[in-house]
Amino acid sequence: MASLPLAGSARLPILAGMTPRRLLRALLPALSLSLILIGIAWLNPRAISYFGFTLMLNLAIPIALATIAQMFVITGNDLDLSIGTFVGFVGCVTATWLHDAPLFGALVLLVSIGAYAALGALIHVRKLPSIVVTLGMSFVWQGLAILLLPKPGGKAPDWLLQLMSFKPPWVPFPIIAAVVIAVVAHIGLMRTSYGAILRGSGGNPIAISRAGWSLLKTKVTMFTLAGIFGVLSGMALIGITTSADANIGNGYTLLSIAGVILGGGEFVGGRVSPIGAVIGALTLALAASPLLTFMHIPPDWQVGANGAILIIVLAARALISRREG
Amino acid sequence: MAEAGANIIVRLDGVEKHFGAVRALDGVDFAVHAGECVGLVGHNGAGKSTLMHVLAGTLTPDSGAIAIGGASQSGYSVVLAQGLGIRCVFQELSLCPNLTVAENARINHAALKGLGWRRRAGDLILARLDEIFPGHGIGAGDIVRDLSIGKRQMVEVARAFTVTDDPLRLVILDEPTSSLDSHTAGQLLSFVRRVVAGGASCVLISHLLGEVLENSDRIVVMRDGKVVAADTAAAFDRDKLVTAMGAAGKHARAGAERASERHSAAPVRIRARPERQLDDAELVAHEGEVIGLAGLSGHGQTELLLQIFKGASRRTDRIEVTAPVALIAGDRQADGIFPLWSIAENIGIRSIARLRDGILISRAREDELAATWREKINIRTPDIRNNILSLSGGNQQKALFARALGSDARIVLMDDPMRGVDIGTKREVYELIRAEAQSGRTFLWYTTETDELENCDHVYVFRNGRIVADLGRGELTEEKVIQSSFQAAG
Repeated sequence: MASLPLAGSARLPILAGMTPRRLLRALLPALSLSLILIGIAWLNPRAISYFGFTLMLNLAIPIALATIAQMFVITGNDLDLSIGTFVGFVGCVTATWLHDAPLFGALVLLVSIGAYAALGALIHVRKLPSIVVTLGMSFVWQGLAILLLPKPGGKAPDWLLQLMSFKPPWVPFPIIAAVVIAVVAHIGLMRTSYGAILRGSGGNPIAISRAGWSLLKTKVTMFTLAGIFGVLSGMALIGITTSADANIGNGYTLLSIAGVILGGGEFVGGRVSPIGAVIGALTLALAASPLLTFMHIPPDWQVGANGAILIIVLAARALISRREG
Repeated sequence: MAEAGANIIVRLDGVEKHFGAVRALDGVDFAVHAGECVGLVGHNGAGKSTLMHVLAGTLTPDSGAIAIGGASQSGYSVVLAQGLGIRCVFQELSLCPNLTVAENARINHAALKGLGWRRRAGDLILARLDEIFPGHGIGAGDIVRDLSIGKRQMVEVARAFTVTDDPLRLVILDEPTSSLDSHTAGQLLSFVRRVVAGGASCVLISHLLGEVLENSDRIVVMRDGKVVAADTAAAFDRDKLVTAMGAAGKHARAGAERASERHSAAPVRIRARPERQLDDAELVAHEGEVIGLAGLSGHGQTELLLQIFKGASRRTDRIEVTAPVALIAGDRQADGIFPLWSIAENIGIRSIARLRDGILISRAREDELAATWREKINIRTPDIRNNILSLSGGNQQKALFARALGSDARIVLMDDPMRGVDIGTKREVYELIRAEAQSGRTFLWYTTETDELENCDHVYVFRNGRIVADLGRGELTEEKVIQSSFQAAG
């Protein structure tokens, strides 16, 4: 496919030099988000407002953070099935220890990030399938969360509550947070020199190790980053809900995977997009309850309708990428 | 060597490397001097690639010494090799397809970091690309998987010649022109000559003998893991190289002479034209024939076998198959055996329809089939219900032959099935193939071992996905096969 000169491509370095089809593919996540927004605006114009977005996108922040965590793992051709219960565990720690004994709580969270790093090392050294290891770990995190908080309760630390209910002028807080998350992850993974090595380890691990890089180090880095963003996601979630429940994050495993794929990522080959992943998370957050509630779809059917939206978007992407190949 | 006192960049002494029973390198002495281009040639499995991996530090030899720049190296590794200025362009592409051209350059240079690394990496690789392949049309921000295979190879080659912190002393090029057209290949080779004139060295591995003869100062010929000839390029010509690569002494024609006339009277079983074939040459197999597919490995033989296999269920205009087909895979562990199943189940899977009893598989009939074949081809096992992995490699392969021969298939496709099989088993299987062919089965046999071609009635030699020679039994010699596998200049 010859590259046609694109108007304005010089102004947007990310899009520079792209073939039209690659451009279409890169814009697909944004396109699907726009479609959902148009749908909401058509059904309920009043939702498109400062207050409306603050409400609708409230839960988008923890979903976006969990999606970024999952994206780091997927970059290395692995899958993290424990991110949901890990977010739940972090939530329980946040609502109990971090509130009552901040230092100890922070230490527990640091140790749990260390556990993620150790998992990465284990998966690499023993050549274990990440799906199995993380599936096992999901029960461990869930069990720890239930031990910590057998009944829903606890209380978020005040500073966290204040942060999450921050009301900046003009732009709703969730949108600012999403932009910050996307930019940080984009710079870290797509622009730094070590980020190139991390992505390369998903694209062609043999080439990376032949060039003298340690694949153990890349894997541990990926899982550590996943742990860090998982902790941020759990804390953000508790900052919004104000109290915790051991099962609070269970849905996040599949949401985060769907967010990465919706955002243009692929399960293997190190092809991911942090910006796309955040947009994917926003799309999922909007498609989950607001849109479907406005469509007067009863709650019983919302989960299924949500799945249908996901399949439609992914089918459109598959169609575009097949023609690309 | 003429330049005995010259500055030696790398020297290998008595290097050995074994993979199981296979001696990939069997005591190799090899040296490269500063400012020379060494051509390295040899047939399939001669040990060229293994030697190159040892030089690049990606494989550790079992024994022998490596000295770089006169200093003996212990614990030689990739990182050390890079630090000492040894680079390698591997035959299988080692770019990351999901990264940009600039990012791929970064992977090989730890020094490219900090602010502005993307621009510096891009400038570095583009400068080399411009120098080697003027008018290449590649951008630093292009993602590698969007590039054509030829352009990917250009990036890979250019990357090997980029310099940051580490010196550049020796670049090993393994089939660097395999995906390049003649124009860009010429650009690359003249660049290699410029680099060598500038004092660096190159090792050039290529199956294009003309390319090696024209561009090397010295040529080293390998065969069966050993260096069998080494001299200045001027001392060789095409025929001498071919002779050196072939058997040192002629192999005696083994096996009983079979009727050498083509079975042209017998009905045609297969008619197939490779996808990339430009002329109208085609592969024809009659009933009862053993047809050999020869040439260097990876030149389209396996692809054609797989297309014929598919063609049996869905006819295409290029491929016509008139009888049921069975395929014997070459990579036994990956494509052949079911590791959790018993020997009998592994043999019976191709004949399930016959072994059925109602909707279930009849254990008795499965055992009966397996027992017949255990007897017939002597699979060494106390119990046919043992797990397939309890067998040795050769006997596992026999079980795969039993799977194909015990089925209703009249055509058997063999994808280099004798890899890593001991000589005794091979003899037994040759015998079996001969007997089965006489009873009217047709065999298509891709082999990387030239000796095995002597069991064939007719041999097609492949190069770059095309049939380039069509040899009857009478015309078949090892020289002819090698001659056709290795292209002349261009």
